[in-house]
Amino acid sequence: MSKILIFTETRGNKIKNSGYEVASTGVSLAKELNCEAYALLIGNNLSEVKASLSDYGLNKILLAEKQEFEKYSNSVYSKIIADTSTEIGADIIFFSATAMGRDLAPLVAGKLNAGLAVDCTEIKVDSSEIVATRPVFAGKVNVRVKINSPIKIFSLRPNVFKATNTHGPEPITENVNIDLTPDDYITKVKEVTISNDKLDVAEANIIVSGGRGLKTPENFKLIEELANTLGAAVGASRAVVDAGWRPHSEQVGQTGKTVSPNLYIACGISGAIQHMAGMSTSKCIVAINKDKDAPIFQIADYGIVADVFEILPSFTEELKKLLSN
Amino acid sequence: MKIAVCISQTPDTTTKIKINSDGRTIDPNGVTYIINPYDEFAIEEALKLKEKFGGETIALMVGKESVKETMRKTFAMGIDKGILVKTDLDLDSFSVAKNLADVLKDLTADIILCGKQSIDYDDSQVGALISVFLNLPYVNVVTELVIEGNNVTAEREIEGGKEIVETTLPCIIGTQKGLNNPRYPNLKGIMQAKTKPIEDREITYKDNLTEVIDMSLPKSKSKGKIIGYDVSAVPELVRLLREEAKVL
Repeated sequence: MSKILIFTETRGNKIKNSGYEVASTGVSLAKELNCEAYALLIGNNLSEVKASLSDYGLNKILLAEKQEFEKYSNSVYSKIIADTSTEIGADIIFFSATAMGRDLAPLVAGKLNAGLAVDCTEIKVDSSEIVATRPVFAGKVNVRVKINSPIKIFSLRPNVFKATNTHGPEPITENVNIDLTPDDYITKVKEVTISNDKLDVAEANIIVSGGRGLKTPENFKLIEELANTLGAAVGASRAVVDAGWRPHSEQVGQTGKTVSPNLYIACGISGAIQHMAGMSTSKCIVAINKDKDAPIFQIADYGIVADVFEILPSFTEELKKLLSN
Repeated sequence: MKIAVCISQTPDTTTKIKINSDGRTIDPNGVTYIINPYDEFAIEEALKLKEKFGGETIALMVGKESVKETMRKTFAMGIDKGILVKTDLDLDSFSVAKNLADVLKDLTADIILCGKQSIDYDDSQVGALISVFLNLPYVNVVTELVIEGNNVTAEREIEGGKEIVETTLPCIIGTQKGLNNPRYPNLKGIMQAKTKPIEDREITYKDNLTEVIDMSLPKSKSKGKIIGYDVSAVPELVRLLREEAKVL
């Protein structure tokens, strides 16, 4: 094994949290395999962003910096990553399983004839083989896979791996120059629209989620208040999204988003399998539902069997008191 | 317009999944198979494009003879014909994509649609891999698609927002929920589904790059606590979250 290349995603001139997680995981894997770990950043004006990566134990930070790279293009970025990987002789490439990572990883895999394990929740070295664990079948099964091609690509589920500062020597910075032609810009992002400033479920450490138990769309105010108190994102079950109460971007579950926050509070959600598939790897799950037989209680760490209207205002109050101390 | 749709069949989510005694495969007995839900958006989009631009729609699958049952469900929705790359082998995403790309190479479709991921293995690799093998542009997680002449404008979902992506035909589009509302088959469609043609093809590639070591059921969580049955349980919940779970 000679090198691990870590694609570190930047958005709006910041590295996403998941970027630090992947960098740390790459660095610790490199230690185990006795090889080097390099990060690759693509974009424009990367000096600030690069500085925030200096404390994670990387050997090198590679910069593909150009005005043209400011806007995402999966054709351009995947070419830069694949060509950089070939140039430095990387055997292993890491991505975070974010929207961008899930877009780029298979494109790079195709270009490099590499096997790819997507959305891994664990990466281990087992008798000098890299073994990745990933949930499949809506989280009902965990599968352990290994990759047999010379180049191995992994995307890591956000919020599962730890980001750790290492205070080692500062990484060397190097610019990469990949030859690009106009044909490489075959897909171009024309514009990005951010839906309000609401924290997205996929990025949140805490999620407060509501389901049909809230009875009307107006009652989601209770969810929003609790979420605001906790600095949490608001999530929703499929039922209330399909009913038009909440936007699809809030939907957690198999046909919505898969999330893995530190704390997931499910309010008035019964716990259909498809919903649980989207949040079962949350570290701590709280369920509030007046039906004691609701399936959600089977995966909840803590539950209150009571009506959400009785519990939520008091819960929000208690938290306000706690957090203001 | 020639519109190709790559689809797969997946177990219905409510099916109880059993792992075979070899520890590496799923027991297909008792499993109800459905069209991968995300592929339904691809099928519906194909049908809408045909309604708008004329032409033909073709469904492509890789799998055993029995998957033809699922292919006929797409015919019932209105897809014109199908091609099955027939194999009993367990192929990974790379191999599936290679096989589909080899069929698509000669098909010269104007647009290729597939679901953003399959709900069994959640790889979301096949569409992207095909795009590399055929050197075509690729946009995934598409919630809106506008085609004007050869110009394609697609809206794509990202964390906390959307990207508007521009590209050109021919291209590959990965469909996301919200793109359209898949139609239900009508009686006429169901009757016609029985006689629409399915062409069998041989597999052209089988060297998997990933290998399953084993499958296991997730460790069942140790039983959670029901803290209480009314509002008096709230302070204790807050205390536990703070002191035991340490998430506050």
